[in-house]
Amino acid sequence: MALLQISEPGQTQAPHQRKLAVGIDLGTTNSLVASVRSGEATTLPDESGKHLLPSIVHYSSDAKLVGELAKEHLLKQPENTIVSAKRFIGRSLSDITARYPQLPYHFSGTESNPQIETAGGIKNAIQISSDILTHLKQRAEETLGDELQGAVITVPAYFDDAQRQGTKDAAQFAGLNVLRLLNEPTAAAIAYGLDTGQEGNIVVYDLGGGTFDVSVLRLSKGVFEVLATGGDSALGGDDFDQLIVEYCIESMSLSDQLDNRLFAELRLQAKAAKERLTNEDTATITISNANGDNFSCDITRQQFDTLCLPLIKKTLRATKRALKDADISNKDVIEVVMVGGSTRVPSVRNQVQAFFGKVPRTDIDPDKVVAIGASIQADILVGNKPDGEMLLLDVLPLSLGLETMGELVEKIIPRNTTIPVARAQEFTTFKDGQTAMSLHVVQGERELVGDCRSLARFSLKGIPPMAAGAAHIRVTFQVDADGLLSVTAMEKSSGITADIQVKPSYGLSDKEVASMLKASFVNAKGDMQARMLKEQQVEARRVIESLEAAIEQDGELLTPQQTLDISESIHQLRDLANGECPDSIKSAIETLDLLTQPFAAARMDKSIKTALAGQSVDEI
Amino acid sequence: MNYFELFNLAESYSVDKTQLNEHYQTLQRLTHPDGFASSSEAEKAIALQKNAMVNDAYHVLKSPLARAEYLLELRGFSINHESQTLQDRSFLMKQMELREMLDDAAQCSDPFAAIESISQEIDDTQRDLFSQLESQLEGEMWESSADSIRKLKFLVKLSAEVELLEERLDDL
Repeated sequence: MALLQISEPGQTQAPHQRKLAVGIDLGTTNSLVASVRSGEATTLPDESGKHLLPSIVHYSSDAKLVGELAKEHLLKQPENTIVSAKRFIGRSLSDITARYPQLPYHFSGTESNPQIETAGGIKNAIQISSDILTHLKQRAEETLGDELQGAVITVPAYFDDAQRQGTKDAAQFAGLNVLRLLNEPTAAAIAYGLDTGQEGNIVVYDLGGGTFDVSVLRLSKGVFEVLATGGDSALGGDDFDQLIVEYCIESMSLSDQLDNRLFAELRLQAKAAKERLTNEDTATITISNANGDNFSCDITRQQFDTLCLPLIKKTLRATKRALKDADISNKDVIEVVMVGGSTRVPSVRNQVQAFFGKVPRTDIDPDKVVAIGASIQADILVGNKPDGEMLLLDVLPLSLGLETMGELVEKIIPRNTTIPVARAQEFTTFKDGQTAMSLHVVQGERELVGDCRSLARFSLKGIPPMAAGAAHIRVTFQVDADGLLSVTAMEKSSGITADIQVKPSYGLSDKEVASMLKASFVNAKGDMQARMLKEQQVEARRVIESLEAAIEQDGELLTPQQTLDISESIHQLRDLANGECPDSIKSAIETLDLLTQPFAAARMDKSIKTALAGQSVDEI
Repeated sequence: MNYFELFNLAESYSVDKTQLNEHYQTLQRLTHPDGFASSSEAEKAIALQKNAMVNDAYHVLKSPLARAEYLLELRGFSINHESQTLQDRSFLMKQMELREMLDDAAQCSDPFAAIESISQEIDDTQRDLFSQLESQLEGEMWESSADSIRKLKFLVKLSAEVELLEERLDDL
C-alpha cells in the first residue's frame, strides 16, 4: 500500500498533471522509447518520424553520434562505430572475442571489464548503452515537454545478474531514475493483456535477431504471473540468414572464391531475401565477385521453409520445456503472442500455430510491443494509476548456486522461482579461529561450476574466532524485483554481521560505478551541485510529507518515545533541507529512513491483518 | 510470524486451495515492491523483505510435501536428511529396482512406454504415501510422518530423473 501523498498548500499539483515516465526497449539492433499519453501507450518518433533508433553509436574526436547518424559511418569507420553493444554487457573479453571473432573494434581493458578504444576515447558496453539511453531520454523530454520522473527498461528474460546490473548502471549514467527492469516477454504480455482483459494462460514467443525467449504467464484479475521462462540465447533470425548464405554458396558453387567482402555481401543479400520471402514465393539473389563475375540463384519460400524447420523445431522444444516447467499443456493456452522481427517469417508463424492449434497474435507491431508494454508498467509505477488493478509477478530466469567441493554447484534458488525471493543457507568454519570465508556465486542450470556463469566472489570477514564447526554463518541470498542479487551474512550465535566484499566477475564494482558517476558529473554542463541540492530538497519534502501522512493515519502504532524520536528527526531534516548542503540532507534522509523502518513494518503488518481478516469474514 | 499465520490460515496439513490462492493475491497486492516504487527507502526495504517472505510461504504452503515438512518443523521435528535414514528395507529395495528400470529404459525398443510404466508406478506409490501422511499428521504421529516424508522425497528425486531422461530423449 503506497502512502498517501499530501502537498503543502500552494504547491498542489493540478489533478490532471501526470508524472512523466517512459518505457525503453534497449534492443540489440534497435531501441525505442514509449509513453502513455491520454491513456494510450505509443512509441515516440524522432523529428523525421522514425520510431526505431538503430542501436549504433559513432565516436569521433569531437562528436558522438547515435542512431541513423551513426549508421552513416558504419562502412567508413567501422572501428569507431559500435553496433549492438548490448551483446557485450556483462560479458568478459574472452567471451566476446570467442563468440564474435570478426569484430572490427580495438578491444582493450581487462578480462572482466572489456573496453573499446575509439577516436572519442575508451568506452565500455555500459557507457555505449548509456549514450543510446541518453539519446532516447532527450527525445522523450523534447516530445513530452518536461523532465522524466522515471523509466522502465526492458531486458531479455534470460539476462543474468551481471547483464541486468550492467543495464541498470547504463541507465543510471544516462541520468534515468530506473523504476524497474522488466523482462521483454513480460512487457509484451502486458501490451497485449491489458486491452483484452482475458483470464488464462498466455505464451509469449519472442524470436529476435540473435536470441529466442519464451515465457508462460497466467493472467487472472489483473495479475500477470510469470509461471516459467526459457529459451536459447544463441538462436535467432541471424541463423536463418546464415542458412540462406550456405544455400547460396552451395548452389552458386562459391566455396573456393569466398572472401570477407563476398561473405559480407552474401549475408546482406540473404537477409534481404528472407524479408522478401515473407510476402513473395521466390527471391532471387545476385552478387558479383572481385573480378566482376555475376552469380545468381533463386530460393523459393518452400525451400526456405525446409531449411529453417530444424531451427523452428528447436524453439518449439524450448517452448515445450517452458510449458512443462509451468505445469500446463499446450491446450491450456488461450493466447500466443508473437514478439521480435523474426516472427514475421511465415513458417515461424505456421509452425507456432500448428503447435498450439491457434492463430498467434501479431496485431501489435512486433518491433514496438516491448516498449509499449514497458511504458504501461512505467505509468503505473510512477503513480499515475493509484487504483490500478495490474500487478506483475516475475520469476528468476536462471538458477542461482554456490560453488562447493569438487567444482560442483549447489543450487540455492532454482530458476522460475517468483521474485523477490530470499533464501538462507548455513555454513560453518572448518578451522579453529577461522575469521574469514569466501563464497563463489554462479548462475545457470548445469552441475559444474565451469559450465555456469560466474557472478561474483564474496569474502566474509569478521567472523568471531571460535572452534572449528562452532561458528554458524547464515548467508542470505536476496533477489529483488529487478532480478538483482544481494548477499548478507550473519554469525548466528553472536549475531555479528559479517562484512561482505563483493567482487563481480563481470561488469563494474560499486566503487567503479560511483567513480564513473562522479566523472560524468564533472564533465556535465551546468551546475551539478545546484541540481543535486534541489533533488535532495525535493526528496526531503517528499519523505517528510509521506511520513507525516503515515503518522496521521497510523500514529497509534508508535510508542510515545518513538513518536518523539521521529518528530525530532523530521525537525532536523526540515532544517537541513533549508540549508545548502545536499550531502547532509541525504544522510538525514537515510537516518530517518532507518529510524522509521519498524514503523513501516508495523504498518504493513496492520494492513495485511486488516485485509486478510476482512477476506476471511467474506469467505465465511 | 509463521507462514500459516502470515496467510491467516489454520495450522494444519489440509489447506483450502482457493483460500490460499485468494490470500496470496491479497498479500501480493499489499506487499509487492511495485506498489512502493515511489515510497521512502524504509518502506521499500520492508516491502522487499515481506514480499520475499510471502513468496517463500506460498511456495511452501501450496506444495503438500513442503507443507508437511514445514508443519513438522513447527512441531519441533526436523527432517534431517542425513542423520536419520530410512529403515524400511522393502521400500528401499523397490526404489533400487525402479532406478535400475530407469537406467535400462533408455536402451529399450520403446523407451517412452518403459518410462510411462515407471512413472505410473511412482505416481501410485506417491498417492498411497500422501494419503498415509495425511492420516499420520492428523493423528499427530510425528515420527511416522517424518518417515513418510523421507520416502516421498526419494520419489520426488526419482521423478525429476524420469523427467530429465524424457527431455533428453525428446531432444534426440
